[in-house]
Amino acid sequence: MNRNSRRSLASRTWLGLMYALTVVALIPLGLVLWFTIAKGLPSVIHSQFFFNAELPPCEPSCPAVSNAGVSHAIAGSAIMVGLASLMAIPIGILSGIYLAEYRVARWSSWVRLGADVLVGTPSIAIGLFIYAFLVVPFHHFSGYSGAVALAVLMLPIIARTTEGAVSLIPNGLRESGLALGLPRWRVSLQLILPAAAPGVITGALLSVARAGGETAPLLFTAFGAPFLVLNPNQPMQALPMTVFRYALLPYKSLQAQAWGAALVLIVLVLAVNLVSRWVLRRQIALAGQL
Amino acid sequence: MVGIVASSVPAVLVLVVLTLLQQAAPAIKQFGLGFLTGSEWNPVTEHFGALPAIFGTVATAFMALVLALPVGVAVAAILAEPGHTNLRGIVGTGIELLAAIPSVVYGIWALYVLAPWSYLHIETPISERLTFVGWLGDPAPRGLFTAALVLAVMVLPTLTAISRDVIKAVPRGMKENAIALGATWWETTWKVILPSARAGIFGATILALGRALGETIAVTMVIGNAYQIPHSIFQPAYTLASVIANEFTEATGNIYPAALVELGLVLILVTLAVNLVALLLVRSTAREASLTA
Repeated sequence: MNRNSRRSLASRTWLGLMYALTVVALIPLGLVLWFTIAKGLPSVIHSQFFFNAELPPCEPSCPAVSNAGVSHAIAGSAIMVGLASLMAIPIGILSGIYLAEYRVARWSSWVRLGADVLVGTPSIAIGLFIYAFLVVPFHHFSGYSGAVALAVLMLPIIARTTEGAVSLIPNGLRESGLALGLPRWRVSLQLILPAAAPGVITGALLSVARAGGETAPLLFTAFGAPFLVLNPNQPMQALPMTVFRYALLPYKSLQAQAWGAALVLIVLVLAVNLVSRWVLRRQIALAGQL
Repeated sequence: MVGIVASSVPAVLVLVVLTLLQQAAPAIKQFGLGFLTGSEWNPVTEHFGALPAIFGTVATAFMALVLALPVGVAVAAILAEPGHTNLRGIVGTGIELLAAIPSVVYGIWALYVLAPWSYLHIETPISERLTFVGWLGDPAPRGLFTAALVLAVMVLPTLTAISRDVIKAVPRGMKENAIALGATWWETTWKVILPSARAGIFGATILALGRALGETIAVTMVIGNAYQIPHSIFQPAYTLASVIANEFTEATGNIYPAALVELGLVLILVTLAVNLVALLLVRSTAREASLTA
């Protein structure tokens, strides 16, 4: 075999190997989805799963299993993520606009660095921080403190995605607003923000999905509760906490609920991600037209 | 005005570090630097040392990167190629969805599916065949290696997404020159594209390292929770984040919670440093690429 055919063979082999590695990279996605659906579906098909709170475990198996549910976790997650969104989305969007519209300001590069580092901060450390800040002074765990912890996680994500969306808006729009004599804040809020809305919504949705799936910052803030709690001043349960706590218990009935909760979680998170991807594509198409 | 609102982002970061520092103060005063080198963790006698947890954190993160790096760079190189836009779009979306799956779902999957499988089909065969290698002995259903496997899957999207962008930022001219000189696809990729994207890929690796160091829930569920420096990579261990997750709500007294917060402080300072280095690397390569293009 001459040198050139050896080189071309080597090239093809490596290309094949790299395609194979690409397939390998996708295997875990398939496996996680498959096992979560296969093991979670038996719990989820009972309607009580969504309307009842948890029942004490009974082993080895008993009829009560099919009556237990995660309504308390769903309610807790919804309330805490909702409160967190109310806090993080306005601040995040304003920060993002600042980053995009005042990108030459020296301070904005510090804010950007802060946001990037905050995204990479371990979420458990944020849990410890909120514990010291909001749980210790009030002497009890609460849904409010959980919501603040989630808001801290959401803030940098919203800020950076808003910045990205606002930067896509062509300068002409900005200049025409300024030329008409609008002050800069009105240009930002009334011209740029509506034009960037799909991208901003995408960022908000992605951060909601991220917050909805977080366990670590809730462990020492919301703490968890075995029954339905609607008052955020009390300890609250959340879906990811249900998965974490029940999965490690030796009771089959509770493990089944953990898988069910994992399935609910993964369906919500993937739905939000796919929707936001579609919205983002619209934004890019829209920005192209402007 | 907007600048003041935006300042809340770095302000929160500073506040986190200062609060942890203040909460950890009793432990810092009591143990000093010995906290980092001590290997005992005894809430009864109130002797605390962080070394086994630091070891576990670094070892799992490092092993995860060794596993994920070749796969991540290969996927990135494939995704950065032109053509087959739809197929590449689907693969890219799939990899990004890996990042969207909550860590607790990885945890339950790893606990019930991955850990038993890797115990039977990876750990046991390897240790039976390589009995003379000490650090590959004594397989256990939960341990460092299982945790590293899950972490590898979890950091793959970070690694792939950034490496793909960096590889795409390599000026087209470089690639075209190589092909014009008669280089094959592999020679172009291996000797031209990857070397010029090297700094950026390194940055992506460090960023993934930061993620792996701080990951809590999935690791806590499969690492085995044994406060020791294990003699084998298949043995149970502990990480900084999982000690905090497991013990903090039960910690009583003055020193015990402070020692746990100090573990958190060590974790956050290490990830801060790692993230800063990574961000600077990724940014500087992006700037270089835009200059040469």
